[in-house]
Amino acid sequence: MEDILEVRWHGRGGQGAKTAANLLAEAASAAGQYIQAFPEYGPERMGAPVASFNRISSRVIRIRSAVEEPDVVVVLDASLVHSVDITDGLPDDGAIIVNTDKEPHEMREELSLEGRQVFTVDANSIAMDTIGRPIPNTPMLGAVVRATDILDYESFLSIMKQELEKKFGSRPEIVEGNIQAIERAYEEVRSE
Amino acid sequence: MSTATQSERVALTGNEAAATAMRQINPDVVAAYPITPQTEIVQMFSNFVADGDVHTEFVRVESEHSAMSAVIASAASGARSMTATSANGLALMWEMLYIAASYRMPIVMPVVNRALSGPINIHCDHSDSMGARDSGWIQLYSENAQEAYDNIIQAVRIGEHPDVRLPVMVCQDGFIISHAMDNLYVLPDEDVQAFIGEGGGQEHSLLDVDNPATFGPLDLQNWYFEHKRQQVEGMKNAHRVIPEVAREFADVSGRSYDFFEEYRTEDADVVVVVLGSTAGTAKDVVDAMRADGHKVGLVKIRVFRPLPADKLVESLLSRSAVAIMDRSDTFSSAGGPVYHAVRHALYDVDERPPVSNYIYGLGGRDIRPSQIRRVFEETLEVARTGQRSRSISYLGVRE
Amino acid sequence: MSPDNKEYGRSGRTPEPDATWREVPIGGVLPWGGNAAEYETGDWRSMRPVYDPEVCIQCRLCWVYCPDSAVEVNEDGEVTGINYYHCKGCGICSAECPRDGAMEMEPEKAEE
Repeated sequence: MEDILEVRWHGRGGQGAKTAANLLAEAASAAGQYIQAFPEYGPERMGAPVASFNRISSRVIRIRSAVEEPDVVVVLDASLVHSVDITDGLPDDGAIIVNTDKEPHEMREELSLEGRQVFTVDANSIAMDTIGRPIPNTPMLGAVVRATDILDYESFLSIMKQELEKKFGSRPEIVEGNIQAIERAYEEVRSE
Repeated sequence: MSTATQSERVALTGNEAAATAMRQINPDVVAAYPITPQTEIVQMFSNFVADGDVHTEFVRVESEHSAMSAVIASAASGARSMTATSANGLALMWEMLYIAASYRMPIVMPVVNRALSGPINIHCDHSDSMGARDSGWIQLYSENAQEAYDNIIQAVRIGEHPDVRLPVMVCQDGFIISHAMDNLYVLPDEDVQAFIGEGGGQEHSLLDVDNPATFGPLDLQNWYFEHKRQQVEGMKNAHRVIPEVAREFADVSGRSYDFFEEYRTEDADVVVVVLGSTAGTAKDVVDAMRADGHKVGLVKIRVFRPLPADKLVESLLSRSAVAIMDRSDTFSSAGGPVYHAVRHALYDVDERPPVSNYIYGLGGRDIRPSQIRRVFEETLEVARTGQRSRSISYLGVRE
Repeated sequence: MSPDNKEYGRSGRTPEPDATWREVPIGGVLPWGGNAAEYETGDWRSMRPVYDPEVCIQCRLCWVYCPDSAVEVNEDGEVTGINYYHCKGCGICSAECPRDGAMEMEPEKAEE
């Protein structure tokens, strides 16, 4: 249905693809949007390729089918580019956002991709600098908000802060690190 | 939903919604055993117990058979009792399901629908709860997390009503609803407590030592039949009680419920009957086909036991053709359980429409809008030709 | 078979044998305690214990062992006889009795 934005997240078990989809959904929901977030379920294995999905709309979402033609694909681990068909179903006007230290044109060549918008951001380095661990999912949220305009950036930031405080209230350094990660990824994401 | 001003809009998965409803109900006893995809409900509820958010006696049993046995006993003592399960867990409860119903214990049980093995599969279809459709339990089906939440709360009142006194299964589709984050409105805790009341609802209690009673005595040729006939009466009374409870719930929540929901059926020539999450997708398809000028509508069954046979006839008899979508099979080689029920209900109507059957989505096979559109298009064709035959198709299987 | 002891038997609490489904308690519950006393198990007997107070030494082993509480005792706890409405004729009382002739099993007589 045309008025629903669909997102597919690719990651490896343990990288937080499910959490990223849930956080995006919670932020969009708190901002008054209607949302869905659901993982693709198979055997749960650390490191195995996994996917999760979002639907976001200003209208009530009723569809319950799988997401087959996502508007946006987010790749949390660049090594998946060669093992998973990450552009499957991505329409001509779709966007792909990859966590990599490569430039967008390099990623485009690597994917042999024509059309579509390609975004890259080095979320691993950002996560190491800000959170101290290579967890790319929160910085990637910043990149997604920049790339898609699905949420107002300032309100997204304040919602994320609230959500993170709910989860890590007793550890302000984690909240602060994650917020910094989102801000940096929002600034540093590049596209072509 | 706009009238539900006191409700809080949240983003929860179906399992989180079910666990939240259970926390707000604050049952006296929960005995449960984990099984995918229901596990999270029990896991979250056990956290509520550990954190002191509920006063519930939580019994960690060694199997689903024991879980059902334990809640039968606790319900017999007058305790408000709940459990939750899926698939093979429900199957392991089987003999106790019948005992819960025949002892008239108002147990409420969220069932997260999952395909019954084998071959082993953890994903959604309705083979588990449909297999238990004749066990004497009331069965409510939910389209989304909101309905799962609302149905669980209403189930307490339905099951405990003195004219009903039957256990209630509240079904939601495994993974598709249970593990998907969704928007819903959650009532304030005190509103839920006020709505469900003191409850218990048992006339006699196992723990009332001043008025001892025997539960489950031998009941042979001279009495068994009378007790089964009573049980039917409880189900019949549920036809009256379910809408009464729904009206009261609407006053509290602003959300309306009935035996089934009619979506754009007013002038529909063709109606598709479905239950569970597929109804949401099918509503989008109805809108798209209406935009193309097709007079199509949807009936989403919420209450499958008791079967609202008369009301379904009323809704369907003037249609040119009807299709029933079943997410399980009876292996009778003559169609799925919903098809049997609805087609049977229509038999007494002289001018009944042709009714065809589509079995889909077994073992979690995705059901796409394009496939549901095909169901509507083929049923429109049946309406045009008036062709009448027992048509049972398997939708989405590789032929 | 007529009960040997008239104080047992139908209490009037249980529904009449021809009661309809509207009249019997819901869910098969028996909302009274002690209703097993109303059940005549005396007609299961093929042998009956015969108590002789002259031989009995009041050791009360028969009362202890009887699985149906069919050995009757008075207020002082002395054995007085057998409740044949409930006695199934299992013979445990006779087997446990230390005295010959105090609790002898005899074939059940034909209907009188």
